[in-house]
Amino acid sequence: MAGTALPGRLSWHLADVVETIVETPRTTTLRLVVPGWTGHRAGQHVDVRLTAEDGYQSQRSYSIASAPDAERVELTVERLDDGEVSPYLTDELRPGDKLELRGPIGGYFAWDVADGGPLLLIGGGSGVVPLMAMLRQRAAAGSDVPARLLYSSRSYVEIIYRNELERLGADDGLDVIHTLTRARPPGWAGYARRIDEAMLAEMAWPPESRPLVYVCGPTRLVETVASTLVALGHAPGRIRTERFGPTGG
Amino acid sequence: MGSGFISRGFRGRRRHPELGDRLPPGQYPTGDFPVLSAGPTPRTGLDRWDLQLTGAVDAPRRWTWQEFLALPRETFTVDIHCVTKWSKFDTEWEGVSLDTLLDGVEHDAGYLIAHCDGGYTTNLPIEDVTGGKAWIAFGYDGEPLHPEHGGPARLLVPHLYFWKSAKWVRRLELSENDQPGFWEELGYHNYGDPWQEQRYQGD
Repeated sequence: MAGTALPGRLSWHLADVVETIVETPRTTTLRLVVPGWTGHRAGQHVDVRLTAEDGYQSQRSYSIASAPDAERVELTVERLDDGEVSPYLTDELRPGDKLELRGPIGGYFAWDVADGGPLLLIGGGSGVVPLMAMLRQRAAAGSDVPARLLYSSRSYVEIIYRNELERLGADDGLDVIHTLTRARPPGWAGYARRIDEAMLAEMAWPPESRPLVYVCGPTRLVETVASTLVALGHAPGRIRTERFGPTGG
Repeated sequence: MGSGFISRGFRGRRRHPELGDRLPPGQYPTGDFPVLSAGPTPRTGLDRWDLQLTGAVDAPRRWTWQEFLALPRETFTVDIHCVTKWSKFDTEWEGVSLDTLLDGVEHDAGYLIAHCDGGYTTNLPIEDVTGGKAWIAFGYDGEPLHPEHGGPARLLVPHLYFWKSAKWVRRLELSENDQPGFWEELGYHNYGDPWQEQRYQGD
């Protein structure tokens, strides 16, 4: 287990909200410009802090969706109905507002082109967000590292970045494979169940290819996928996990 | 803190007066028990499990699972605070105090480095794991500790952020020198006091 140390201290930045994009009924992307930002690695996250007029504050962590950039940062936020922070970010925040954040945080669940591959990304729901940063980084760098994304969504309309994934998947080196666990559109020919051993045996590279694996999603998905990959013979040290639980908000 | 910035339109729904002074700054309470780990959950069979005490000690010690369970155990109820912002109150654990494991051990170590299945490490000052402040926990909420939560046994140091309470612990290394662990090398705070909000380097 090794990573790259973050130098110095993480100070709070006041970001400008330049655009908000409704991705799905439950997720919104915030396009931010962050003066003083020094870039990030794909897969890292930020802490967001909200402050009410009486001084009350609330903080949460959100994965960065965008490829590394000198001052632009995109966050994709899933609205949790009983949450305190996410409904503000998805429903209230608008262009022209400012947002306090600090980061980047978390240097282990991170991928650079130099880390190589094959790159196997497995995500569930909004767990796709840090994986998307990796795919965007791969595309921006013109990398030919073989990559596969297995992405579990509840339904077709809940697939985040659907159109962009279709475009990126046209690249010879990247396969995008969806599974829809609750509802399928008529004529859906793809996977239609939770990710399981048979699915992983079919779509993951064999262990001898030593793929570098990133798994992000709800705890049940992450636990199932990580332990199944180990059972299939993949080296635990090549599997990196990040969890998105129902708590937070 | 104190930047003077106000988030337009944010009122904040979740003040927690009922918690009094039990909620550290920047934290929110949860009733769940979120799972966070950097890699697959290790599955070491109890017949192969042992706990070792090594490093700057007069003689290394080792306990098999059966020997470990035969040590004096304690049940205790504590609040836990994760650097990812959630806090969980009144969690019930069963475990062996570090004081018990270190009883009679001659050492002049200043630090304890916990080594875990899966390669995870974390570092703590020795005074933060002695004097009734730390345990090797094997039970949670009246049940054996689930592997997702660090079973069969994890370090539990509830007064520091929860990444210091290393899951799947197998070896306690006493050291004269501090050695930053896994997250400490990756930009997280070396000490991690939730009451001082020491989340990241420089906090």
